[in-house]
Amino acid sequence: MSGPDRQLLSGDEAVALAARDGDIALGTGYPGTPSTEILESFSRLGGRAQWAPNEKVALEVGLGVAFANARALVTMKHVGLNVAADPLFTAAYTGVTGALVVVSADDPGMASSQNEQDNRRYAVAVGLPMLEPADSQEAYDFTLLAIRVSERWGIPALLRLTTRVCHSKTVVRPTGALPPSKGAATFVRDIKGRVMIPAYARPAHRRLREKLAHIQEWNEAEGPNREIDGDRSLGIIASGIAFMHAREAAPEAAVLKLGMTYPLPLETIRSFEGSVARCVVIEEGDPYLLEAIRAAGMRVEGQPEGFRFGELNVDRVKRILAADASPEPVPPAGKPPELCQGCPHRSVFTALRNLDCIVASDIGCYTLAVLPPFEAADTCVCMGASIGVGLGLRHALPPEQARRVVSTLGDSTFIHSGITGLMEMVYNPPKTGHVVIILDNGTTAMTGLQEHPATGRTLEHQPTGKVIIEALVRSLGINNVHVTDPTINPAAFQELVAASLARRDLTVIVARRNCLLAAGSIKEYERSAAREVISETCLEQQD
Amino acid sequence: MNNRTKVTNIVIAGVGGQGVLKASDIVAEVAFRAGLDVKKSEIHGMSQRGGSVSSDVRFGESVYSPMVPPGEADYLVVLSPDQVEPNRSKLREGGTLITPGVIPENTLRDKRSINVALLGWLSVSLSFPESGWLDAIRQNLAPKLHAANLQALAIGREAAHKNMSVPNP
Repeated sequence: MSGPDRQLLSGDEAVALAARDGDIALGTGYPGTPSTEILESFSRLGGRAQWAPNEKVALEVGLGVAFANARALVTMKHVGLNVAADPLFTAAYTGVTGALVVVSADDPGMASSQNEQDNRRYAVAVGLPMLEPADSQEAYDFTLLAIRVSERWGIPALLRLTTRVCHSKTVVRPTGALPPSKGAATFVRDIKGRVMIPAYARPAHRRLREKLAHIQEWNEAEGPNREIDGDRSLGIIASGIAFMHAREAAPEAAVLKLGMTYPLPLETIRSFEGSVARCVVIEEGDPYLLEAIRAAGMRVEGQPEGFRFGELNVDRVKRILAADASPEPVPPAGKPPELCQGCPHRSVFTALRNLDCIVASDIGCYTLAVLPPFEAADTCVCMGASIGVGLGLRHALPPEQARRVVSTLGDSTFIHSGITGLMEMVYNPPKTGHVVIILDNGTTAMTGLQEHPATGRTLEHQPTGKVIIEALVRSLGINNVHVTDPTINPAAFQELVAASLARRDLTVIVARRNCLLAAGSIKEYERSAAREVISETCLEQQD
Repeated sequence: MNNRTKVTNIVIAGVGGQGVLKASDIVAEVAFRAGLDVKKSEIHGMSQRGGSVSSDVRFGESVYSPMVPPGEADYLVVLSPDQVEPNRSKLREGGTLITPGVIPENTLRDKRSINVALLGWLSVSLSFPESGWLDAIRQNLAPKLHAANLQALAIGREAAHKNMSVPNP
């Protein structure tokens, strides 16, 4: 470890610092609020960090690293874990030789997400140990602990953060570097351990359950759970940020703070529950702890259904403890975000609104086109869904409506999950054809201007291989491919969309103009890349 | 006021692009450098898109929740006049509201430094040394912005001192 012994860090920065101190060989992920800053900070600290096209690929890359006896960190927002769920479920069976830490950054209250799913459910469904930090110090400590748990039991470990933990800055005292990985990265063949044909997967499932039983024993005996003594008339069981709110709301209460929330230390919980007169579970999101504790036969109080929605805070926890069922005050509405003045997406959605299109849209800044004055988005579900949903609408709607359907998605979203949708379009084309508009602003804008495979630059903005979107689209057999800047002549752009809608075949329009917020940096990256090419050429000529 | 026994709650509010988060970083840094426990919280997923942004800073001997409970802010610093009403309920009874009106704007070298000018006003009410504010500004802003922001801090402090009718030390 190097650096100051006391730092003020966000939870994301603390995870990154622990990744550095924990000798993580590779960090990978897909940008997603509130997880994005982890890999960016890790890179700034000198770690090897890279963006993957999506979370599934990131997790597979991380798994490969961990099969090679090295340590991997894979980061994503909560909905990203849905994309990565396929490899995750079976990685639990294969286990790992090195370490694999998977960060799921949940967003209760949906500050910047399309749902508020509670990924503690994944720990149970997949069968993986889950750690839940409550502040940046624990984000640091638990990242290191997750590496140790992963290596000790040869199992991927989940680190569940929430928006408030990711984006709050709190004081961190780094504890120092972990001993490095056992042995160098190397390949040791383990066919029965890693090739999940049914004959090998059946014993692998039993191995997983045995590992979880051992981890549960460890969690009971020496897991990262602690009891805060207090007045025994009220006992609170909490994890993550809910613990902080509860401590402030009821400073006199006894508290059992759970750090590892799967597999649960049920005997520890039982002994705490038996030691207090009234026992209340305070948790943000689903009644996950409540259900598990009740299923183990304990009498604990939960919280009214209304507190399942949104974030908790000190005030809400006080209400829960006081069994106050009166309506909660509604905070005054703030100013909603909007597409920036001069944003290239504005021309596109103005055209779609003028043409009265039915717009199957997607996840990104352009989702803001749903708000006035555009109101030009009819669906938004998950990354890449615009194409599939648009095709489904085309298949089912009467022709006069079907011909108005357009799918819109951004460049990063297209790379993430749009390509398979285009294959569906080519394979099962609607009778009325279809029009897909790829809003290529040269960056992953909404999450804070991250690179992706179609920008041709790495996480650190260095030149690398580049996916050419229009070449990829043409290679799928789509002939009507237009690349145009929608801001140069908005009327002509609208005419192009109208003409494409009038055809009965498949059209992809790449509406290309750099994001206003990114344009300056992109120019700078391109200039410095050009300078490098020139200096390399000069060197070659000298040889 | 004794910073060491009580948790001090500050809410900074405005719209995306005004420097709300930067201002809260500076306040948190000042308290952190003074050796206090500090928590700073915000939601910034959409902050670059012009929407409402607010950030909470809490410091004292020991801080639990990173969020200032409603009605418990000792200070509410609002960078955009239209964001006063949406945030007013955060202020405790007798708490201090600080708005851009307190700063003679035409004296700022760079109008964008209004966030730091308001921190200057705030700083006079808090018991941290001025040097802590100067260090935190240098730490959190790019060198080319130092001059304008140090000037903004000074203007804010001077305006607050005048308002309190106490001589500027």
